[in-house]
Amino acid sequence: MFANFDFDVIRRSLGYLFFDGMTFTLTLTGLAALGGLIFGTLIALMRLSGFKWAGRIAGLYVDLMRSLPLVLVIFWFYFLVPYIGQWLTGSSRPIRVGAFTSSLVTFILFEAAYFSEIMRAGIQSISRGQPAAAQALGLSYSQTMRYVVLPQAFRNMLPVLLTQAIVLFQDTSLVYVLSIPDFLGAASKVAQRDGRLVEMYLFAAAVYFVISSAASFGVRRLQTRIAFVH
Amino acid sequence: MNYHWNWHIFFEPAPDGTGTYLDMLLSGLVLTIETALLAWVIALVFGSIVGVLRTLPSKAVSWIGFAYVEFFRNMPLLVQLFLWFFVLPELLPRALGLWLKQMPHAPFWTASVGIGLFMSARVAEQLRAGIGSLPRGQKMAATALGLTTVQSYRYVLLPMAFRIILPPLTSEFLNTIKNTSVAITIGLIELTGEARAVQEFSFQVFEAFTAATVLYLLINVIVVIGMRWLERALAVPGYITGK
Repeated sequence: MFANFDFDVIRRSLGYLFFDGMTFTLTLTGLAALGGLIFGTLIALMRLSGFKWAGRIAGLYVDLMRSLPLVLVIFWFYFLVPYIGQWLTGSSRPIRVGAFTSSLVTFILFEAAYFSEIMRAGIQSISRGQPAAAQALGLSYSQTMRYVVLPQAFRNMLPVLLTQAIVLFQDTSLVYVLSIPDFLGAASKVAQRDGRLVEMYLFAAAVYFVISSAASFGVRRLQTRIAFVH
Repeated sequence: MNYHWNWHIFFEPAPDGTGTYLDMLLSGLVLTIETALLAWVIALVFGSIVGVLRTLPSKAVSWIGFAYVEFFRNMPLLVQLFLWFFVLPELLPRALGLWLKQMPHAPFWTASVGIGLFMSARVAEQLRAGIGSLPRGQKMAATALGLTTVQSYRYVLLPMAFRIILPPLTSEFLNTIKNTSVAITIGLIELTGEARAVQEFSFQVFEAFTAATVLYLLINVIVVIGMRWLERALAVPGYITGK
């Protein structure tokens, strides 16, 4: 079965796979998680703000993003981002947007919907006495959120947020549909160039598996530690 | 925005000769639904078995369930589809591998099985949580009544657990439908794939994607309404949401 298994093709392409591919994947994951968390928190605050229209718009946005497949959203933004750029910069033609920027915008906007639901649950889990006490101390709304509510919501939700980040890490592989050389894209390029699909895809699967398992193991340990403090 | 909108595009004949562009999208919709349904059946069957395994007292058996879930959860779905589609036929004995490769509608079968197994790990986790959330007294009462383990799962634990996890199962089913679009990478031309094809033939990017978006939203609404009805129909009186 593994008689003509060519380990050398993996060894030869390690540099390309990790320095180019994995760097792209991890950078995209990190920036998209950060951007998605910030934007998602804003959406959650909009939903909980008590302003009817702000809440409704934020709710619609979240529902829309969560009902669409990521692949379709990736295609949407791939074609839409140049026009958004044109609109933002006021230029006369759709601007050229690189593969990385396009996928980063896509993942931030898509993941924000999922992060916002987590942050919303986190904010709602804070007992009502906390913002009330903050107000009694004379803190403004933004101070209450910044110094009292959000830090606790973030801390309580940290395991869930990290789990979502692991899902995001796996989902970044879908930029494959735009022929972008992320980790899987790079593996696939080598696989097709050298006709070594079996080796490259098994190796890519193993790498994703090891990273995701290690990360979720870490999250589980964190979860028990946080639970212990409470 | 200097984009040339043309909403009539859907009624123009498509170059593939099978009808209009709208027909293309609708055939994609049908394929999305077929793939999702078959995948969901597989996910429910395997997910239920593994979910039950994880709640059994035997350490070894529950570890098998744990390993199964971890295996399918820690790899991107796209990579799993590649493994089923490109790698598996090469690792099997020659004749069997050749049969797999030459099977008609290979992308459809591969996608259904691949997405089904991927989702089964999630169904298993939901079911485990559902069984775990039942009061311990239920299992004890079943044992006290003289039911065997199989009987207590069949008549006491599972009927309750499945009702409890209906809402999360709804969103897992929606995820299954959405995940079918990943199969575009192994050549399954489902709804997203057909939207992409319409865009490539006609250059009407945003109309094609808008139509696909509307169709996905429509599926979502129908599934949510259907599952709400199912939840009400199956609710146990006096328990949780039962009225």
